[in-house]
Amino acid sequence: MSTHEHTHEHGGSGVYVKTLLALLILTILTVAASYIDFGSGNVVIALLIASIKASLVALFFMHLRYEKAVNAVIACSGFLFLGIFLMFCFIDFDTRDDAKALDPQPVMYGPAKPAGAAAASAPAAEAK
Amino acid sequence: MANTLTSRGKIADHPRPEVNYLNASKGIWSWMTTVDHKRIGVMYLVGVLTAFLMGGIFALFVRLSLLNPKHMLFGKVLMSAETYNRVFTLHGVIMVFLFIIPSIPAALGNFVLPLMLGAKDVAFPRLNLASFYLWVIGAVMAICGMIFGAIDTGWTFYTPYSTTTSGTVTLMVMAVFILGFSSIFTGINFVATVHKLRAPGMGWFDMPLFVWGIYSTAIIQVLATPVLGITLCLLALERVFSIGIFDPKLGGDPVLFQHFFWFYSHPAVYIMILPGMAIISELIPTFSRKTMFGYRAVAYSSVSLALLSFIVWGHHMFVAGQSQLATVIFSALTFLVAIPSGVKMFNWLGTMYKGNISLETPMLYAISFLLLFGIGGLTGIFLGTLSTDVHLTDTYFVVAHFHYVMMGGTVIAFIGGLHYWWPKMTGRMYTEKWAALGCVLVFIGFNMTFLTQFFLGSKGMPRRYYNYLDQYQPLHAFSTYGSWVIGLGMMITAINLLASLRKPYDAPDNPWGGTTLEWKTSSPPIEHNFEDQPVLERAPYDYRPEPVAH
Amino acid sequence: MEQQFDTSKIGMWLFLVTEVLLFGGLFVGFGMMQARYPQEFLEAHEHLQRPLGALNTVVLLISSFTMVMGVLSAQRNDKKKLVMYLILTIICACIFLCVKYFEYSHKFEEHLLPPRWYQAQPGDTVRDAAGNVSHGYGTFFAFYFMMTGLHGFHILVGIFLLAWIAIRAHRGEFSSKYYTPVDLVGLYWHLVDLIWIYLFPLFYLIK
Repeated sequence: MSTHEHTHEHGGSGVYVKTLLALLILTILTVAASYIDFGSGNVVIALLIASIKASLVALFFMHLRYEKAVNAVIACSGFLFLGIFLMFCFIDFDTRDDAKALDPQPVMYGPAKPAGAAAASAPAAEAK
Repeated sequence: MANTLTSRGKIADHPRPEVNYLNASKGIWSWMTTVDHKRIGVMYLVGVLTAFLMGGIFALFVRLSLLNPKHMLFGKVLMSAETYNRVFTLHGVIMVFLFIIPSIPAALGNFVLPLMLGAKDVAFPRLNLASFYLWVIGAVMAICGMIFGAIDTGWTFYTPYSTTTSGTVTLMVMAVFILGFSSIFTGINFVATVHKLRAPGMGWFDMPLFVWGIYSTAIIQVLATPVLGITLCLLALERVFSIGIFDPKLGGDPVLFQHFFWFYSHPAVYIMILPGMAIISELIPTFSRKTMFGYRAVAYSSVSLALLSFIVWGHHMFVAGQSQLATVIFSALTFLVAIPSGVKMFNWLGTMYKGNISLETPMLYAISFLLLFGIGGLTGIFLGTLSTDVHLTDTYFVVAHFHYVMMGGTVIAFIGGLHYWWPKMTGRMYTEKWAALGCVLVFIGFNMTFLTQFFLGSKGMPRRYYNYLDQYQPLHAFSTYGSWVIGLGMMITAINLLASLRKPYDAPDNPWGGTTLEWKTSSPPIEHNFEDQPVLERAPYDYRPEPVAH
Repeated sequence: MEQQFDTSKIGMWLFLVTEVLLFGGLFVGFGMMQARYPQEFLEAHEHLQRPLGALNTVVLLISSFTMVMGVLSAQRNDKKKLVMYLILTIICACIFLCVKYFEYSHKFEEHLLPPRWYQAQPGDTVRDAAGNVSHGYGTFFAFYFMMTGLHGFHILVGIFLLAWIAIRAHRGEFSSKYYTPVDLVGLYWHLVDLIWIYLFPLFYLIK
């Protein structure tokens, strides 16, 4: 019954070192990529690289690669439902007729001034 | 005399053990530091029923205030508009967060789940106790909030009113945050328990359907509640630090708050109903003495209901300012989510068909559930249909709908389950006559109160309104009389159950002839649940005669 | 024992999922506000110190490595290495918090704060006729503080957990037969790293 201890070790330190190197390289990559303007692709590329890094951490550092599937299912479901939340919020926001017109001039606080004067500028914002 | 049973009940074939979980250790400290899931379940039961009483009293006051348009009682105005807003808000907050969400999982589920699985306890007993204490802390904070000014935002805390109004919004919101963690810990515990602590021989499809229901509920508790947590944090931070996310004056978007809020709160209503359905799936086979019709369909529908519940939240926001595309998508998905519930209804009816039905009190509650949840569920479809919702939203129609599903559904199932497992939990049998009377009164009173409100709503009476036009007075009055009948029924039920505690132990192991594992141990169970680890030999709901072994 | 280990792991993963959704809500809020104030968020994020953010990213990645090496040491019954790796992880965490402290001080000095205290910067272009700046800048920093603050709080809790585990390890409570708490704290720590992996590009890098 207690001969199980050795089955938990997977590949040893080699795997972990390689994973760390990959993560560091991807970090350099994502910083480098941020200096180039891909237009609307900026967000996609940054999140893509982040997701690859996250997957490496989850698969190797967190041992999902080697363990029973149930843990991976639980992990994925968390991200899946988060994605659903995000997706529907954006569907709503992007297809609203007057989304940006919610508040055309959303300004209130002025240039360098103490907090007390914030109340004084509030009427200015209200007047619009 | 003590063993007056129905013919289906099995008399204990071993003597009642001297020591059970109730008397194994004595004194308040032993209860306060217990990690026994049964004791924790009992403590939760006392807590949630106290909350139910509080919320119920607030409800009676709401209805009393609406007896006539001038809010007059014995020549005096009963309450001001501000007070009225506070009373219905607190009724909602207490009922939703302190009572109904924890009720079945934490009070009954905690007690019954390990027994049904043939386990000694839940996966994380100390986490279970922590979960209970978080409930207590949240409850105390909520009560403090009520005493120190209360809130009048409605239980939904919509912005920008909730971000700008005075009142103890931050305190209440933090109380609910803590209650949320209580719920999360319960969910984590139950998922792990169902995965890992089943008895030998019990595969996934040998589990009782109550377990499937609680498991599905636990999934929602884990996935949805954190979003409530962050929503409430953001609300508090908006109030304190003016972040600018929900308040339009700060450039925020109030509809975004509603997205955040309902992403949890819609799955939350499935946290409420799934355990209720889970109980019904136990009651109906037992009191029809027939195996569950379509076991797998019911199991799959529980899980799919849990998952589908996450993609329909926008149906609470049809007129809030959502985009038209989002509205249409959410409406279509709402029709989808009705299907698993429908599947269950037909399976329950199919189980009863040609069954050997006996009408003990738990079964009376189960049948009430079928009628009341049927109405509640169907009216949900009316509200999910855009063209009708535009007229019915924010009217009493909605109020009637959700009371039919939450009270006619969950509360009825809860009380039915309470009666079902009462002998197991307490070792005593309650008096059947009074219990049945209580059920009938609650059923009649409930319909008096809430069926009326469908008419009120479709005739245009808005919800949460202090004043109303004279033409609505007869319906409002009738609804209030109904609330008194509910009160009477609940009182009789409560007194009957409590009175049984004054008797000595008289309940057999299996008063109802149930087939699930909790009936194989004594009433009340011993501390470690079973003398020997049970091994599952029969499928659940297998009512064929047992082979004569010993 | 095996069953208990598996059960604890499931429980921990379920807890981690709740953390993902908790932080995720903030990410959704950030995303929605960014869509609302694209120009303001773009200009505001220029004030963040990219090198410090990158440094913190590297520090956390290394700390994840030392953490998993600690778990490996436990699996190999190597008490000395276990304690060493745990201490290294704690050191990395403390470096992270120090860097954070410098970043936060800079923000406070420059009044790069939530809307109530935000002071307009020279580069802020979205203004009204009177020269008042848009809420969007303050909102960016509100999210910056909320998200990095909550993350930092989790790092702090992590330090306490790691210290507790290190003390227990030093007392010889863990072996290749029983190292569950080390594994569970490790999972928590990796999640904290995971969250930063997403926070860093979103706040510091994206144009």
